[in-house]
Amino acid sequence: MAYRRTRLLAAAALSAVALASTACSGGAGDDKNIALRMTVWTTDKNQLALFDSIAAEYRTAHPEVASVKFDVVPGDTSAYSAALTTQLSGGNPPDLAWILERDAPDFVQSGALTDLKPTLDAAAGYNAGELVPSATKLWTKDSGLYAYPFSTSPFGMFYNKNLLTQAGITETPDQLLASGRWTWDAARQIATQVAAKDTGKAGLVIREFEYKQWVLLASVWRGFGADAWGPDGKTCGFSTPEMTSAMTFLHQAIFTDKALPGPGTTADFFAGESGLTIAQISRAGLLKAKPFEWGIVPLPAGPKANAQVIGQAGIGVPVKGKHAKAAADFLAFFTDPANSAKLGQYFPPARDSLLNAATLAKANPLFSQEQLQNVVVNGIKTGAVLPSHTGSARIASLVQSALDPMWKPDADVPAALAGVCQAIDPALSQ
Amino acid sequence: MTLTSKKRDELAGWLFIAPQALGFLAFVVAPLAAVVWYSVQDVNLLAGTSTFAGADNYAKLFDDPTAPKVARATAIFCVGLVVLNLALALSLALLLNLKLRGTTVFRTIFFSPVVVTLVAWTIVWNFLLQDNGGINALLQAIGVDGPNWLRGNGTAMLSVIVVQVLKNVGLNMVLFLAALQGIPTSIMEASQLDGAGPWRRFRSVILPMISPTTLLTAIITVAGALQVFAQIQVLTLGGPADSTNVLVFYFYQQAFANHDLGYGSALAAVLFLVILVLTLLQWRMRRRWVFHEA
Repeated sequence: MAYRRTRLLAAAALSAVALASTACSGGAGDDKNIALRMTVWTTDKNQLALFDSIAAEYRTAHPEVASVKFDVVPGDTSAYSAALTTQLSGGNPPDLAWILERDAPDFVQSGALTDLKPTLDAAAGYNAGELVPSATKLWTKDSGLYAYPFSTSPFGMFYNKNLLTQAGITETPDQLLASGRWTWDAARQIATQVAAKDTGKAGLVIREFEYKQWVLLASVWRGFGADAWGPDGKTCGFSTPEMTSAMTFLHQAIFTDKALPGPGTTADFFAGESGLTIAQISRAGLLKAKPFEWGIVPLPAGPKANAQVIGQAGIGVPVKGKHAKAAADFLAFFTDPANSAKLGQYFPPARDSLLNAATLAKANPLFSQEQLQNVVVNGIKTGAVLPSHTGSARIASLVQSALDPMWKPDADVPAALAGVCQAIDPALSQ
Repeated sequence: MTLTSKKRDELAGWLFIAPQALGFLAFVVAPLAAVVWYSVQDVNLLAGTSTFAGADNYAKLFDDPTAPKVARATAIFCVGLVVLNLALALSLALLLNLKLRGTTVFRTIFFSPVVVTLVAWTIVWNFLLQDNGGINALLQAIGVDGPNWLRGNGTAMLSVIVVQVLKNVGLNMVLFLAALQGIPTSIMEASQLDGAGPWRRFRSVILPMISPTTLLTAIITVAGALQVFAQIQVLTLGGPADSTNVLVFYFYQQAFANHDLGYGSALAAVLFLVILVLTLLQWRMRRRWVFHEA
């Protein structure tokens, strides 16, 4: 009996060794028939086609790379982040990963990503020195760069000229901007007028906010001098007078003026259902078919600042990927000056040489040079990225839950905001 | 080597149960063991590292300010769903058992949501329950100003429960209907001859006769209620203010959104224990109220 057990154990051990050695042989040491996989959040066919064409060009010069697959993970930002984390933890890491700005501190601090700086610095003609510091800030630790700031997309205010005219608005946001009167009060007044004129249409929609993605409210509150937390990430910013002022403004706009659709009501600007929307510049592709006359202006000035806000995605190379070296090399090609210019039609670049209206206009026929200068160039150069923090997902769910009492007509705004700080203070201090 | 007849039977038995047993080991026992293992680890999902944490993740439950809200929401959902589901299923089964014209059509109507994809069903209801959605439009047509169903503290949980009941009530209804049709007519006739009215017959004959089915439906409904996830994900994301944040959804948030696999696993282990205890409790209580013909 004992002999049989020993034999079984020996067989199991041998099998394990054989399996382990097989697994190793197909791993990092394999420098031929490399199959690269990059997880991406976008589902846009045109964007994916552009990725494929850049990858095909790369493969002609790199026969060792048999394929580059862009692995689309559908769903909202939370679902994408959860899927990416599951792949990493489940032993199926992608070779390259599109990482959202809110996850950046977690990914960069955890040591999950490869330092790209040596590869990018060594790449011929790459000119890594021209990457705009405000764009790389989030992805930098010590002197290393742990993801390339692939899309640096400012938020702007799109408006529907037809709906504004129908509502009897004689001065468009562009005219208000030109005369230096493009403020949050002016935007709220226009939105109120549109919503009041046509009960079927909404005034102003903060795209994808839906009373859940509160981080997008940074596009409003930063003009009031407020932020979710202080620069050191340790102090809660929700109970400051500036935040109270910003949130009171929003609350009145929603429940008193009806300038913004209330909780549980949806309206899609790009389907012509609202007069104004705050959205990232990269959403402009939805207006390609020109469903109505539209314009775009930067975010309005608030009482404290003319603050612009940027959304960002980086592309990183997980250290646990099977082909980290090849992946970093492909990333250097994917984001070199020539390809960054091509990608610029969808993803505003972080390269100084490309950040001017004349260059961007070549790849963005939807916009005038003036719009590109006002919204994209100035936005990237002067704006700040959406709030991010280590443990951002946990903080996000705590804030969402604590902010819920505010989204009622009779809410006590300062009390709700104090509740947010109470909820997140322990997480911020960690 | 020749095998004796007994050995051959034994081998055949093992071979017959092997596919099921292997599946059970791979997809039930192994994940369960993994959950227990993870629940005593401090896991860094992004870096792929873990260190032994002992009972820290379980102790965290007592310091977590969201945990009492989650426990409350889970209990409300479970009790609400079970009571409403069983009451409605039994009522529908009693009606369909009356042998009136058109009962087959109604049976199909009530059962059809059971075979509809859960997420599709929930997405449709998500649109209907919006503030400017179909339900409020109907209410407005009769002059009633409907609430914001999925955003109100009281109405959000009610909405999730009703959507889930409408989805699954057909299954319990069919089980109850089968049980009702299994009651011997002689017993019903005897009770009628003894002068028992409809209520008395229901209380003293029908309920005891269908009690094994009631036990079965109660067990599967309670276990199902404790595992609700997709409806919360689609309809409320646990809000407003955690009023619909049930245990499975909270476990998912912790493990996959917040990257805290250790704490998430501890929550999953607690959920497993809760389901096990409740099921055993119901099984034990069957002796008191379940009637078995001798």
